[in-house]
Amino acid sequence: MGLDAAAIHARLRERCGDVVGPLEGQGRNAWAVVDAARVKDVAHVAKSDETLRFDCLSNLSGVDYPKQGHIQVVYHLFSYALRHGFVLKVNATRDDPVVPTVSDVWSAADWMEREVFDLLGVTFTGHPDLRRILMPEDWPGHPLRKDFVEPQEYHGIPTSRESLLKV
Amino acid sequence: MSLAGFEVEVQRADADGGVVTEDMTLSMGPQHPSTHGVLRFVVRADGEIMKEAIPDVGYLHRSIEKISEKVGWHGFLPYTDRVDYVAAMFCNHGWTMACEAIAGIEVPKRADYCRVIADELCRLHSHLLSVGTMAMDIGAFTPFTHAIREREYLNDLFEELCGSRLTFHYMRIGGVGWDLPPGWTDKLSHFLDRFEPLIDEYDRLISYNKIFTERLGGVAIITAEEAIDYNLVGPNLRGSGIRYDVRKDIPYSIYPELEFDVPVGTGEMGAVGDCFDRYIVRMREMRESCKILRQCLRQIPDGPVITKVPRNFKPPAGDAYVRLESARGDMGWYVVSDGTAFPHRCRIRTGSFSAISIVQRVSRNLMIADLIAVIASLDLVAPEIDR
Repeated sequence: MGLDAAAIHARLRERCGDVVGPLEGQGRNAWAVVDAARVKDVAHVAKSDETLRFDCLSNLSGVDYPKQGHIQVVYHLFSYALRHGFVLKVNATRDDPVVPTVSDVWSAADWMEREVFDLLGVTFTGHPDLRRILMPEDWPGHPLRKDFVEPQEYHGIPTSRESLLKV
Repeated sequence: MSLAGFEVEVQRADADGGVVTEDMTLSMGPQHPSTHGVLRFVVRADGEIMKEAIPDVGYLHRSIEKISEKVGWHGFLPYTDRVDYVAAMFCNHGWTMACEAIAGIEVPKRADYCRVIADELCRLHSHLLSVGTMAMDIGAFTPFTHAIREREYLNDLFEELCGSRLTFHYMRIGGVGWDLPPGWTDKLSHFLDRFEPLIDEYDRLISYNKIFTERLGGVAIITAEEAIDYNLVGPNLRGSGIRYDVRKDIPYSIYPELEFDVPVGTGEMGAVGDCFDRYIVRMREMRESCKILRQCLRQIPDGPVITKVPRNFKPPAGDAYVRLESARGDMGWYVVSDGTAFPHRCRIRTGSFSAISIVQRVSRNLMIADLIAVIASLDLVAPEIDR
């Protein structure tokens, strides 16, 4: 009933053109890199296209790649209607990562984008309520960035202590 | 005015007869007996009717994903227990599955059986707590004591299996830590003989109790479209009538060799997708778990329970996304390796996280007391939300 990765990719290319990069990886983990500015259009197509029908955003993750100079946002799509899946990856520049929100395509993206914003500092333009979700409002920096330095204290609470095993 | 970080606007309205009413903003939690962990809701209510309940999470954030980047592949395994400490086996299983997917490791058959036995026991363990506390939150204390009584027996079984009663650290990359102890399978089948009739007893005691069904039937209906849109998983998704179970639809481990049904909500006490459907799906899943356990006990082959995995484990660079059916549903592990002894990134997508994000939507125009039923029916476990 569902399509395989190559067929899904071919259909996305047909509908969206070169915005969708070449197919990489294999099987269930096959992915395509999508132009950051156009990810919302691709998301709309993926959800509404009759042969794709990706009705569910199964996972949205952010990964920091300091060597390549970008933060990658990874979308794991899944279709309950057709029981197939595909992965989209978006590269945002590390200095000013900006990606359009897909929270109006899939409601599940709302909180997951907030989490990526909180922990990696990616700004999702058009998000209805982009504020920190796990860390405190006044926390400095974004902890899942590779160059994050843990502060020595937070509101007078030390974040480290001497080893209890030291004699 | 401001209430702990949330701007609150006080509205006045003339009700019929000129009585002036005012919206009331309450902070429910973070320390509240019905929130099953540290979890807070900002509730805006007019009398007993909620206008909305805004979840505020993060109180249990222990940066487990960050820790994964610091402690190495093997070293992270005990931390995964703490992701969802009510159903720790599934987190063990997810992490080991992700590592094995990246490195291309085959797990011995017997180890897979041990894993599934542990998983299904853990599902019973978690569902018992879920339905027990649900009954208690709604006001029936006795079923909780029954559930905890059986759970205690399960704890003893787990203790014998792996030495712990809550955070198990039973699985290893490439297999499981220990084989089943001698005589353990007899104890397990004895437990199943005892436990299966007790599910009928729970049904008589609470499931079809008039007060209980009235509290749950037709409350907080989540349609199938909403459930998919918000990425609800597991019993919450199946409660909305969607027959989807990772064990059936994206089979992993030995599940293709086992026979079991996937119960879904049918709206027998109101509408499909109400609190009762989510509850009754869990009750029925417990029967299915018993069925799976019996098959495993019959079919389990002899052999080794772990393959050799180097101590200095360095999987090749790449990424993998694995999904498994935990007690709270489809749990996703997205793991990125850069070929070193430390994971580059580990992202854990949990069922409770998406389940709580729908609370704001479904809580509109419910009674405040119904919020308790909604939280309990979604089986929210706070550590799993915050990680």
